[in-house]
Amino acid sequence: MLALVAVHALAAVIAPGLVRLWGRNALYLVALAPGATLVWALTNTSGVRGGEPVVETVPWVPQLGLELALRMGTLSWLMVVLVGGVGALVLAYSARYFHTGDAGLGRFAAVFVAFAGAMLGLVISDDLLLLYVFWELTTVFSYLLIGYDPVKRAGRRAAMQALLVTTLGGLAMLAGFVMLGQHAGSYRWSEVAENLPGGGYLAVAVVLILLGALSKSAIFPFSFWLPGAMAAPTPVSAYLHAAAMVKAGVFLVALIGPAVAEVTPWRPVLLVTGLITMFLGGWAALRQVDLKLLLAYGTVSQLGLLMVILGGGTRDAALAGVAMVLAHALFKATLFLTVGIVDHATGTRDLRELSGLGRRSPALAVVAGLAAASMAGLPPMAGFVAKEAALEALLHGGTADLVVLAGVVFGSVLTVAYTLRYLWGAFAVKDGIPATEARPVSWSFLAPAAVLAIAGVTVGVLAPAVDRLLAPYADLYPSAEPGYHLALWHGLTPALGLSVLAVAGGVGLFQLMRRERVRATLRLPFDGAAVYRKGIGLVDRVAVELTGATQRGSLPFYLGVILVVLVLLPGGALVAGGPWPQRFHLWDTPLQGVAAAVVVVAAVMAARALRRLTAMILVGVAGYGIALLFILHGAPDLALTQFLVETVTIVMFVLVLRRLPAKFSERPIRSSRRGRVALGVAVGTVTAGMAYVAAGARQAVPISVDFPDGAVSYGGGKNVVNVTLVDIRAWDTMGEIAVLVVAATGVASLIFRHARDLDRRSDIPGGGRAESTRPRWLTTGATARAQSVILQVITRLLFHAIMLFAIYLLFSGHNAPGGGFTAGLVAGLALAVRYLAGGRTELNGAAPVDAGVVLGAGLFVAVGTGVAAMLLGGEFLQSALLDFHLPLLGHIHFVTSAFFDVGVFLIVVGLVLDILRSLGAEMDRQHETEDDEVREKELV
Amino acid sequence: MTPNLTYVIVIGVLVAAGVTLLLERSLTRVLMGVILLGNGANLLLLTGGRAGGPPIVGTTPQEEMSDPLPQAMILTAIVITLGMTAFLLALAYRSWHLNGHDEVQDDVEDRRIMDLAERDEVPDDDVDGDDDDDDETEAGAERTLAGTVDSGRAG
Repeated sequence: MLALVAVHALAAVIAPGLVRLWGRNALYLVALAPGATLVWALTNTSGVRGGEPVVETVPWVPQLGLELALRMGTLSWLMVVLVGGVGALVLAYSARYFHTGDAGLGRFAAVFVAFAGAMLGLVISDDLLLLYVFWELTTVFSYLLIGYDPVKRAGRRAAMQALLVTTLGGLAMLAGFVMLGQHAGSYRWSEVAENLPGGGYLAVAVVLILLGALSKSAIFPFSFWLPGAMAAPTPVSAYLHAAAMVKAGVFLVALIGPAVAEVTPWRPVLLVTGLITMFLGGWAALRQVDLKLLLAYGTVSQLGLLMVILGGGTRDAALAGVAMVLAHALFKATLFLTVGIVDHATGTRDLRELSGLGRRSPALAVVAGLAAASMAGLPPMAGFVAKEAALEALLHGGTADLVVLAGVVFGSVLTVAYTLRYLWGAFAVKDGIPATEARPVSWSFLAPAAVLAIAGVTVGVLAPAVDRLLAPYADLYPSAEPGYHLALWHGLTPALGLSVLAVAGGVGLFQLMRRERVRATLRLPFDGAAVYRKGIGLVDRVAVELTGATQRGSLPFYLGVILVVLVLLPGGALVAGGPWPQRFHLWDTPLQGVAAAVVVVAAVMAARALRRLTAMILVGVAGYGIALLFILHGAPDLALTQFLVETVTIVMFVLVLRRLPAKFSERPIRSSRRGRVALGVAVGTVTAGMAYVAAGARQAVPISVDFPDGAVSYGGGKNVVNVTLVDIRAWDTMGEIAVLVVAATGVASLIFRHARDLDRRSDIPGGGRAESTRPRWLTTGATARAQSVILQVITRLLFHAIMLFAIYLLFSGHNAPGGGFTAGLVAGLALAVRYLAGGRTELNGAAPVDAGVVLGAGLFVAVGTGVAAMLLGGEFLQSALLDFHLPLLGHIHFVTSAFFDVGVFLIVVGLVLDILRSLGAEMDRQHETEDDEVREKELV
Repeated sequence: MTPNLTYVIVIGVLVAAGVTLLLERSLTRVLMGVILLGNGANLLLLTGGRAGGPPIVGTTPQEEMSDPLPQAMILTAIVITLGMTAFLLALAYRSWHLNGHDEVQDDVEDRRIMDLAERDEVPDDDVDGDDDDDDETEAGAERTLAGTVDSGRAG
């Protein structure tokens, strides 16, 4: 059975390709998938009839107890036959309904066969969760089928409506399944049915499951989505209405009915909603002028009838129910297919424009007539057999059943009336309407409908045989007396009398309804679609209000919210948390106070500054003050890095600020500024409080007490901070340098406007090849505009010394303050000085490489060091110590982590170079171009 | 360990100044706020370890060393701040180059939803209304958009 589902999936995957190859005829091939299903089901008929269900179990997620438990009993067998048979015929019909060039035909074929596969899986699932999965799959695929034409607004809306309504019901159903499954300890229906809970628990679960079934089957109050789904192509409607989708709800009711029919809400819910649906649907069908809509409302009505019969909860009613499912599938599919043919042949489905089609296409009229007779319940059709059985089952019940019986008879009157309306509308000759032009109908177009119509007759004629096939399902209900049997002729029974009454009443009603005035007065008392629209509108309103209230789209607002939470929660905890450290010291040395004063004054002034340059200098001063604090704390590496970073930052700011206006844009209104300052002060106070409490609360021995020993013994260095960076916590550093590479790339991509401009990151004249007229050392560039020659010469002289110093810092960093970061910053500053002195030609002379290459090389070296250690059998980034003698240099103590530091060095150099090329050279170039353009304009 | 009051005060002031700038709309100011805030956070980390001599074996006796672990963390943080500064500067420049100012603007989509909320309306979609008024809606949306850009700049 699983293989059959897989065949459908496979067919869905290859269908678009097939359609591309062979056009619409590929649909015949695709039809083989559901066709194979039908054949398989038929070959298993005798076993199922003998009470031996086909069972198949495949473990899926054993840890969760999930398995693909499939089971085909009588009910499932019937559904498989319908899903496969009708599916194959509708696909064969589609091969003539569509045209080869139709847009989306491949998609249609794929989705349709996938839909058939999902429906197949649904009806053979024994596991309730699996059933739910297939249930939702049918919902999704039907959404795609209804929205077949994405350009049509009505189609999109109808698809969304069907999706929302059925998914909502499906969720309720899932909750019901879970309730039952948790109680039974298994999700297999065959086991759950044996271990049902009792009382209110079961009642709630049953109601939830019914919600799913009723919404899927378009039962009141969910009926409105089904007529809306008429936006789909006709083959889709035929399948949706006859064998799939709406039948899923009916199937579910039939499946669990035998186990839960005695539960309190079961009968009332199904009988009441079923009857209401039957009346509303039949009523609405009588008012339609579109033949397809007429049939759609007819389906709604019939679904109501099915629910009423299956909700009866007796053996005979169940037998009548499944017979009705079979009959309905056959005649409704046929009727939809004939409407599609009418539509194609004449170009309209409006019964006010059709006239005399019966004479033109007698074969079509006969096929439609056979199906219509079945729908109206005329002998010897399947519909007649089923309706007789239903009436008979209800006749023998109590008072409530008699009320229902009256309802069903009235529903049948409506059914006969709208059946006549359909036949009359499609085929009759009407006064005052010219005979409709119709193209001839090919036999291959009509054949699928004809097969279904003949099947309807056959089922009716062979009623006793069908009875033997379906009776095992009905026998699941306990029954004392010998049960009813399906047959064409039971003698002159009251049920037959009621049938005659219904037909007579229907004819009368139809005649009455032909008067326009009467039809106009019959209006639907209730429209579910309005409620749906209101509900959706309400959800939209709430969403808009909620989003509008929370998602202000303003960064300061978001930040403000986060910071206010910071002040309130951690701040509140600080205040409420209790005892604050009593002992504190003012400073470690009074010099700290001096440095702190500098930082405080600079920070406050920076926040108040109106000019960009002032603010930048003040921020820089605060940064240098921090560096001073680092020195006093006993952190020379930090101080060195901080000094260098502040300097590079100032260079960057200068590069960018020369392009921006000198002053900040206007300050916002005063009150909001006060709010900002207040929030800032509050956050600062809370943070200071946290610093105070945290420092005082520290009692444990720091993890870093072992660092100095480890640094020497396996890190091979004396500078503990540097060894921490390149060895003990090398992974952190690895992540950090990766961030630097990303930041550098981000800067470059923000400044260089086009990808091709990125070549200029290397910006070497002549594509990097040395020019023939290479300027000699210390010769200043002729292009230098307004640049100091003295400065250029001096920087050139100093450049190599600084670079040498950087390399010294790089390798001495293991044992003394320094290391890759510091060295990279020093080298970067050397480049920056060259650029500031001589512009971008000077920078290119100093570093004739692409910044990206430097960054990449750095990352390569860093990662390579780590990987090499792994290849040599160590941990990633584990370092090894090498001690050896070299002539002249003497004893060499070398640690492999130095390579990692080289990688860090290269990345930092690359970052600074990238910044200089982007914020410096490229911005120069862009502005020179703009200046030139301005000048040219002025000249003109 | 006892708290060092100087650090506590400096942290408080740096964070206060940083946050104040961070809440502004000018990207340059935001950037300076980030730098000040970063400095404050680094100092906060530093208070997690004791002060002392440089953590270099052989120079300082082990028991007098300052705590090296927070220093290693802060060192990487300082360099990351450098990368971030460069990125934000590039962003500010780009914004100025494109829009003539370097201000952080309100999200236009969000403003549209807020406008809808104020007018008590719902977004146009497939659910409401039967007329195919797609074109008209588009034009209306653009009008709203133009309006919100202005208000975003003013706010």
